[in-house]
Amino acid sequence: MNAARLMIRLILPAALAIFSAAGLTGCASLGKVTEVVAAVGVATGQVTEEQAESAVRTATAVAKASEDITPEQEYYIGRSVAATLLGKYKPVDDAELTEYLNTLGQALAMASDRPETFGGYRFLVLDSDEINAFAAPGGLILITRGMLGLCRNEDQLAAVLAHEIGHVQHRHGLQSISKSRITAAISIAAMEAGKQLGGKDLAEAVNAFEGTIDDVTQTLVVNGYSRAAEREADLAAVRILHRVGYNPNALIEMLEAMGRGLKPGGLDFAKTHPKPSDRIKVVRPEIARLAAPPAPPPKRQKRFDNAVALPAK
Amino acid sequence: MRTMRFCAIFLAIAAPALPARAAETLTVQVREAVLRASASMLAAPVNKVPYATPVAVEERAAGWARVTPPAGPAGWVHESALTRKKLQLAAGGETTAAGASTREVALAGKGFNEQIEKEMRKTNTAADFSWVDRMEKMQVSAARLSEFLREGGVLPPSGDGQ
Repeated sequence: MNAARLMIRLILPAALAIFSAAGLTGCASLGKVTEVVAAVGVATGQVTEEQAESAVRTATAVAKASEDITPEQEYYIGRSVAATLLGKYKPVDDAELTEYLNTLGQALAMASDRPETFGGYRFLVLDSDEINAFAAPGGLILITRGMLGLCRNEDQLAAVLAHEIGHVQHRHGLQSISKSRITAAISIAAMEAGKQLGGKDLAEAVNAFEGTIDDVTQTLVVNGYSRAAEREADLAAVRILHRVGYNPNALIEMLEAMGRGLKPGGLDFAKTHPKPSDRIKVVRPEIARLAAPPAPPPKRQKRFDNAVALPAK
Repeated sequence: MRTMRFCAIFLAIAAPALPARAAETLTVQVREAVLRASASMLAAPVNKVPYATPVAVEERAAGWARVTPPAGPAGWVHESALTRKKLQLAAGGETTAAGASTREVALAGKGFNEQIEKEMRKTNTAADFSWVDRMEKMQVSAARLSEFLREGGVLPPSGDGQ
């Protein structure tokens, strides 16, 4: 039997099983797997039965792909996702603002259910009028100037950052990898088979890595997370705000501001998030159960105004 | 009645066995775990333990564990810094340890490491890693975070903090 065909015959059922388990039937997804399998087959020329079996074994291992990604691997995925976003949007180079944002953000991250990630939580403002914020896996969080402009006080900014920390805490970015394409499957298959290809393995792994970065970036910028994921991030935000001592009502205030500020059909938060009014319905009962913190001292508003007074465009 | 007798037997067997149980060993899954004097992110650091180091758990409390590392003093660390999995040092790429299971080998070879990032950076010139590297340096000290919260009058509702 033709060796490449044997490999496809062996690996496709496993790949199909994984995709159907994940509820995915997209033609593009299956096409990608077949393509890579074919590429491996062609590249080897001769594929032994042992090699084919190892490909099946590794593909099966991918069923739990996102939870098997170690925090160190998550860190490298997050770095490249953030670098990709920073290639699209330029950052605001303002040392005082960046320091304020990181102090606030890291104080909030400490109170999350996942205060420790491989490289820690970091925050940066993007120079864009869009109303948006992104959490790259592992804790690199980016917020646009447009979103910052909607915040009227520190508690509201804290609400936006806490929502993004919630996505990192729940590893939503990594889940988008397995849901959208299970690129890790391709990576593992390519790497294990690749070890016997001599020189080819690196190129295959880089391809798989780039595919993974595309999956996460596409989810952050274009498709958005599931409603369930947004709900988890909102509820995490309420808990974080309450634990630190910020007013969780600030999340409702921000959602109301976003409801007013977003243009329907716009290319920002409106596209990737459920309607603000629906999100308010989810968090309001949770917030109602919590005692409101005392009114903030003037100093909190002053430092917010000082740091967030953005340079004129 | 039978249930009670079973419980009694179970307790008789289980209870003496408990103190003899060996401490659980977990692995550090962050680049550098800071062990602290008490179970709080704001408590004073007493030791630092690098990625993939096994640590013995002595005590647990509300999401925190007091652990003893192979070197230096014991201290408290949040459990999100620890994992039950055994980790390999994958940063260099060439890390497949002898005797590792196929599954572990596959995971180590997943391709999400420094070597692959370097390769990707050669071709993907649109991505801006210079700002990612700058972001990584923006760590704020625990002392500064405490000061920030105090100055802003940000007080945890229970008064016990994190």
